[in-house]
Amino acid sequence: MSELNAALEHPTYNYKVVRQFAIMTVVWGIVGMLVGVLIAAQLAWPQLNPGLEWLHFGRLRPLHTNAVIFAFGGCALFATSFYVVQRTCQTRLISDKLAAAVFWGWQLVIVAAAITLPLGLTTSKEYAELEWPIDILITVIWVLYAIVFFGTIAKRKVHHIYVANWFYGAFIIAVAILHILNSMEVPVSLTKSYSVYSGTVDAMVQWWYGHNAVGFFLTAGFLGMMYYFVPKQAERPVYSYRLSIVHFWALVAVYIWAGPHHLHYTALPDWAQSLGMVMSLILLAPSWGGMINGIMTLSGAWHKLRTDPILRFLVVSLSFYGMSTFEGPMMSIKTVNALSHYTDWTIGHVHSGALGWVAMISIGSMYHLIPILFNKERMYSVDLINVHFWMSTIGTVLYIASMWVNGIMQGLMWRAYNQDGTLTYSFVESVAASYPGYVVRVLGGGIFFAGMLVMAYNVYMTTRRDVAAQPVAAASAA
Amino acid sequence: MTSFWSLWVIVLTTVTIVGVTWILFANRKRGPGVGEKTTGHVYDGIEEYDNPLPSWWFTMFVLTIIFGLGYLALYPGMGNFPGLLGWTEIEQHEREVAKAEEKYREVRDRYLAMSVEEIAHDPAVRKMGMRLFSNNCSTCHGSDAKGAYGFPNLTDDDWLYGGSPEAIKATLINGRQGAMPAWGAILGDQGVTETTAYVLSLSGRDVDAEVAAAGAKHFQTYCVACHGPEGKGNQALGAPNLTNGIWLYGGTEEQIAHTLRAGRNGKMPAHENLLSEDKIHILTAYVYGLSR
Repeated sequence: MSELNAALEHPTYNYKVVRQFAIMTVVWGIVGMLVGVLIAAQLAWPQLNPGLEWLHFGRLRPLHTNAVIFAFGGCALFATSFYVVQRTCQTRLISDKLAAAVFWGWQLVIVAAAITLPLGLTTSKEYAELEWPIDILITVIWVLYAIVFFGTIAKRKVHHIYVANWFYGAFIIAVAILHILNSMEVPVSLTKSYSVYSGTVDAMVQWWYGHNAVGFFLTAGFLGMMYYFVPKQAERPVYSYRLSIVHFWALVAVYIWAGPHHLHYTALPDWAQSLGMVMSLILLAPSWGGMINGIMTLSGAWHKLRTDPILRFLVVSLSFYGMSTFEGPMMSIKTVNALSHYTDWTIGHVHSGALGWVAMISIGSMYHLIPILFNKERMYSVDLINVHFWMSTIGTVLYIASMWVNGIMQGLMWRAYNQDGTLTYSFVESVAASYPGYVVRVLGGGIFFAGMLVMAYNVYMTTRRDVAAQPVAAASAA
Repeated sequence: MTSFWSLWVIVLTTVTIVGVTWILFANRKRGPGVGEKTTGHVYDGIEEYDNPLPSWWFTMFVLTIIFGLGYLALYPGMGNFPGLLGWTEIEQHEREVAKAEEKYREVRDRYLAMSVEEIAHDPAVRKMGMRLFSNNCSTCHGSDAKGAYGFPNLTDDDWLYGGSPEAIKATLINGRQGAMPAWGAILGDQGVTETTAYVLSLSGRDVDAEVAAAGAKHFQTYCVACHGPEGKGNQALGAPNLTNGIWLYGGTEEQIAHTLRAGRNGKMPAHENLLSEDKIHILTAYVYGLSR
């Protein structure tokens, strides 16, 4: 192993931590999506909730969200940000030890989450379920991460800071503020704490955090990824520098306001709801700025889509990004929200972002990155990347289409009245009517998950030293 | 909201919107044509064009800002400023409820004026009742109203608190609190076994006659006050009839022994503040009609 590591050492850059995070991206992607498929199946067939409380939907659902967002998405962001910041600043990370601490610390957080959530230890705050000792650990790791990232920027060997690093930087700062303010809690024991906020304020802080977990963790961070890997893979200049300036500042200034649209028609004061809606609508153009800059970067290189499945991953992810950032502002309009809120439409919207945008841009970036990190010319099989691309696309489309159908149907059923003023449907009738959509969702999610297994095989074969050099010998040895 | 926080909200909102508008217009200036010139920066081989902002995108951005400003002028948003329309969420809710009240009053008043017995088998009432039942009652009593463990069957004409229209309506309005005390400490293990045998014998189950006879003594001492000398129960107290083979908490020997040992607590929630008078009337008729 040490011999292998020595062979893969880069003379200038720290590739070790990038490699570790890249591999764990694939591993946690598989784990998180497997749990996702399981809980999707539990919703379609409740018998799959066994007598064991550790495997109950209520405990596995936060495990799924934490695993895909913070384990899979997090590792992808760490891997790419550490890679991009070194390459675009032309300097090594300021400290290999701190970088290693970030890697092992983050894995510890993930393992702690995977143990405590099934045990039922939770703060009950969505996307921030982890209890206070883990919250503190996250804060420490995040500060180390910020030191490594900004320290590397500070000693860069180029004059300007590349746009990808603006987005990574905004993501790191905003997530630190969000995590600390939302997780303010009073511990009563090692495994239990209470939020310092109460009532509507607690709900508002929760969704200020929740929506910006989307805005800064799942959007700004991944736009950083996009700004490096799209022009790199397309081998074309970024479409517009000034567009990147406008949409960066507008995005970070406006996203932070959008949280109240999660609390339309609740006890939240009217003025806060209005501001949440207005800012969400203004957010449409800044979001699309990123999509335009990514897709238009392909000007003059469209033909590459025919032969390069990695580029296909990146471009289709931008299309899903554009679609879900149109859908989001639309759903934030109060009259639309009155129909969509609390239905499966929301779940579909989240997954068009999570599967279509976040997962697909990460997967594309990993296919670009992994051969470089392991000193290989290319991935073991380009055909398998193509297979994975189609599995991801079909899986995502099945998932979101089934949730659109379910969501709109549920919204319409819940508001249907009879001539005599009674509700036309009972709640359970809307659940029964959702069954076909739930089955299609399991199918879509299952296909997406299976694609990750194809990726794992492809990555494994790529990392085996002898494969690229001596494919015949490797085949006979196997 | 105090005027300080109101001002805080107004200033932050204005700064954000003006700032975003400024950065948009500041970068609008016509630069070189599309794909003509890069910024000259190169990062790890990546260059950047200095292309102008797409005009359709610029227009869309401006339109969303104009819409936002218009919305904030018409609706509450800028701190304590109520908006030119004077709209509030509460007012909208009250308006819609009042509209619905007005629309459905006629139907309701007609049924409210009739007795429960009269309307119990009216097809329209049964339909309304079924929908009210499935949205408000079926979680515990089941969509077929046949109950579940701990929740009574409403179709078998066996009533804990009485099946008259008045009794059913009282149950709906005020709720009920069923309480069977725990007798384990007083009866002891043997006493529980003996009393269980006697209770089983009340509904004609095969038991050891000697054990049941010992249980009868306990029954006459401790149970008779609520369940009556013959075990037929007392609807004034909600004490169930023990002779008809209908068991709210299960009728196996072990389940009955457990009821005796540990007691039971049943809770029917009060619906006085959850449902309007006419809806309770219709639900009463529906439940009444389930077994008659």
